[in-house]
Amino acid sequence: MSTVSPQLPGGAGDPDGGAAGADALTVDAIDISYRVRGRDLVTVRDVSFRIGRGESYGLVGESGSGKSTIALAVVRYLARNGRVSRGGIAIDGRDVLAMSSGELRKLRQNTVSMVYQEPGKALNPTIRVGRQVAEVFELAGLKRPEALERSREMLEKVRISDPEGVMKRYPHQLSGGMLQRVVIAMALAAEPSLLILDEPTTALDATVEAEVLDLISALRTEFETSLLFISHNLAVIAKMCDRVGVLYAGELMEEGPAREVFDDPRNPYTVGLLRCIPRRGTAKNQDTLDTIPGFPPGPGEIQQGCVFAGRCGLVEDRCRQEAPPLYAVDAPSGRARQSRCHFHERAQTPPRVVKPQREDGAAANGAGLGEVLVSAADVSKTFHMEGQTIHGLVDVNVEVRAGETLGLVGESGSGKTTLARVLLGLTPPDKGATLAIEGSALPDNARARTRDQRKALQIVFQNPDSALNRRHSIRRLLSRALDKLGGYKGEALAKRLRALLVEVRVAERYLPMRPAQLSGGLKQRVAIARAFAGDPKIVVCDEPTSALDVSVQAAILNLLNDLQRREQVSYLFISHDLGVVRYLSDRIAVLYLGRIMELGTAEQVFNAPHHPYTEALLSAVPTLEPGGAAARERIKLEGEIPSAANPPTGCVFHTRCPRFLGDVCVNTEPPLAEAEPGHAIRCHIPLEELRRLQATEVTVAGAGD
Amino acid sequence: MSVDAVPIESAGALAAGRSEVRREVLRELMRSPLFLLGAFILLVWIVCAIFGSTIAPHSPFDQNLEKINQAPSGAHLFGTDQLGRDMLSRVIVGSRNIMIIAPLGTVLGTAMGTSLGLVMGYFRGWPDDSLGRIVEAFLALPLVVTGLLVVTALGHSNAIIILVIGIVFTPLIARTVRAAVLLERELDYVAAARLRGEGAAYIMFIEILPNVLAPILVEFTVRLGYAIFLVATLSFLGVGIQPPSPDWGLEISQNFGQVTAGYWWEVLFDAVAIISLVVAVNLVSDSIERVLER
Repeated sequence: MSTVSPQLPGGAGDPDGGAAGADALTVDAIDISYRVRGRDLVTVRDVSFRIGRGESYGLVGESGSGKSTIALAVVRYLARNGRVSRGGIAIDGRDVLAMSSGELRKLRQNTVSMVYQEPGKALNPTIRVGRQVAEVFELAGLKRPEALERSREMLEKVRISDPEGVMKRYPHQLSGGMLQRVVIAMALAAEPSLLILDEPTTALDATVEAEVLDLISALRTEFETSLLFISHNLAVIAKMCDRVGVLYAGELMEEGPAREVFDDPRNPYTVGLLRCIPRRGTAKNQDTLDTIPGFPPGPGEIQQGCVFAGRCGLVEDRCRQEAPPLYAVDAPSGRARQSRCHFHERAQTPPRVVKPQREDGAAANGAGLGEVLVSAADVSKTFHMEGQTIHGLVDVNVEVRAGETLGLVGESGSGKTTLARVLLGLTPPDKGATLAIEGSALPDNARARTRDQRKALQIVFQNPDSALNRRHSIRRLLSRALDKLGGYKGEALAKRLRALLVEVRVAERYLPMRPAQLSGGLKQRVAIARAFAGDPKIVVCDEPTSALDVSVQAAILNLLNDLQRREQVSYLFISHDLGVVRYLSDRIAVLYLGRIMELGTAEQVFNAPHHPYTEALLSAVPTLEPGGAAARERIKLEGEIPSAANPPTGCVFHTRCPRFLGDVCVNTEPPLAEAEPGHAIRCHIPLEELRRLQATEVTVAGAGD
Repeated sequence: MSVDAVPIESAGALAAGRSEVRREVLRELMRSPLFLLGAFILLVWIVCAIFGSTIAPHSPFDQNLEKINQAPSGAHLFGTDQLGRDMLSRVIVGSRNIMIIAPLGTVLGTAMGTSLGLVMGYFRGWPDDSLGRIVEAFLALPLVVTGLLVVTALGHSNAIIILVIGIVFTPLIARTVRAAVLLERELDYVAAARLRGEGAAYIMFIEILPNVLAPILVEFTVRLGYAIFLVATLSFLGVGIQPPSPDWGLEISQNFGQVTAGYWWEVLFDAVAIISLVVAVNLVSDSIERVLER
């Protein structure tokens, strides 16, 4: 067992680190601290890594792990109260921390560029896109006409098909994916040697994300740029990066070649993170997800020992006494790897936190067994906005059966949330729609429903900060729901409240607190408790975990699963994360431009043959499975999602369809026809033909083996 | 190139409870010298309004025809007026009127404006459209003219002036509250309340109102400054309190003819009193706004 000195972070590169063949970025044993009320809070501690020329380095970690702080420190963008209190940062061999403001400006102009999560915020909304891109060239000394010409070329390079048109538009007239391309074009305009990407695709749809990631990969080769890629999404990092550093509570826990770290992790934290993610093809009745117990420590909270000791399954006395250094790991490949764990040799197998539960398949396999609980027939929803008619939903027919989970997937703007709101009675559908619950008619408006109907249909929203009134205590939030929905009063209410807290595993001491005092996961548990206050029959879950970290997501998914098993509740589960949908859902409906394109059991939808749109969606998602990304050819979707105000003729998907047939797709809208029992597809291509076409690709569910 | 939209991760953004937030706001205010100055001046006038004649060196009504129009001196710090009354005492006691009417009028206006704003913002649609037109019509009228008309029509008791201030402020406050409610009503907790079957009144006053208190508080303090000015103006125009009661605006109106005769002190100290009170309220309101908006 040997230790690596923190001054020289491991790697195959030249050990001299001379200025001539200098690394694109060297971060050398830095501490970053923020001064808060006269005290220094250390948020990043002893982090070292280097990015070689042309290399792509990933930083992963949950929120608060310090990954964005490091990125900001690299270009000296820290908030006024933050500073690098120890260590050094060098870009191209030049010391960033010693630079004057003039040198820094030059550095940011010529050598480093950053791209952030929200492209909309990086552009000035009042200036046309063309001028903003041209500004970068003008700063570099070009005259206006020349700068505009170069901008046009740059936009072409980021594969914007109509650069002239885009240049004339304002940022709000472009879609998120298009904006992110513009920002990337601006970032690369100065041909920087280092490009920092901070969650560049987190705000984008899966299909758009896939395109932007492809674009970044291609441009990286073309411009010979090094990347510092920051993301909470392990699969995206695995796809994009050569090497990866896993951050936890401001410390680097593990570092090494990305694929090796994810395939053969040597730190209990990395192992824990990977176990939290539903594996492709895993369903809820096959396996429970593992979680990481407890919460990450606050800055400066842990003074002694390993920062992860409090949550680690392998913890021993030594871990609490002695902070582990970065040990060099002997990997079979012989490439340099490090892990901050005393016991990295046996770190692959910490005990599971959640006992694996397998059930006799029949009991949990709700699909096709339960009776129809809620049905929506001929639901259309047309929005009228500023003279435009937007078709939010078109002739949607769905049923949710007792005890099952119906997953809703589709890109943003596909109508998932509108459908959920129509069922809940929050958005009235167009005339002609029929809603029913347990066979009796369900009024369009929540106010017009009986209490029994209202309590039967509840929702868990995406963002608990918006869903919980921030001025009300947890006790008040839950008591009101128990009163209005459950009809509980007085002593009965207090008793039920305690039972409810036990069910969602929230301690009673949180009752007097307000939502802001709770962590994201706890807030979502309170929101779930509120939805379950009136013993609902069906709960709509609208992206309930997308605002949460993976370790918290796993716990929430397990909770939803437990509650379903115990209470026999049905879920309408909306998510953009296909792995999560696959894990929880019995049946899945795929929406596109307000229409159901495919409806079937989770297996039918996820395995070929399926609708070409589903096929493209599935192939767009980066995967962690060994060799997964390489094994299958990605089906590329051309262009943008068409506007719902002006949908394409015939099959609405024909403008982007990878299996486009010809005139029939342009002229005739295919019906949503049952191709096999329980499996309906809206496509002109017959099922057998789809089966033949799609057979050449590795089926997604089986990609793990 | 540099993109300036940098998300700043603040290490200080730890979870904080409500009482903690309130304490933090208070601490922040106590650290602001401008707030302390404003609060001090305000406190002085509140003491004057409450204890008026007890702390005044002379009775504000005692006339002394041998000592009329005397310049400020050791015996009469602010001088005397044309009836020989002590100006300092009249300024001190004269605060009471304005310190009662202005806040009560503002409270009334805030209460009515908040209710109106909640209704307009929550229901939108036709209630918003029709009430909005009325609000706009009101906003088009100059405050003083509206006030003058109503007081002349209904007679000038203190209650009427309070009512007038309340009415002219209602549309202003309604507009601010409506804007805040429009943002708030889109949040999911409002949808959750509708799914529980809560009535509109419950959603407006129990769910939404506590979340829009900050802008209402700011609006209240800003309006209070205007109210003081409005009350003084109405007295100046002779539709407020009647002589011989001491009142700043009234005194300026009665004495301003004396300024040309060289008796400047009979107007100056009342004017300074009005200015100091308005400035103090504005200092406090600015500080509160700055602290709350962070």
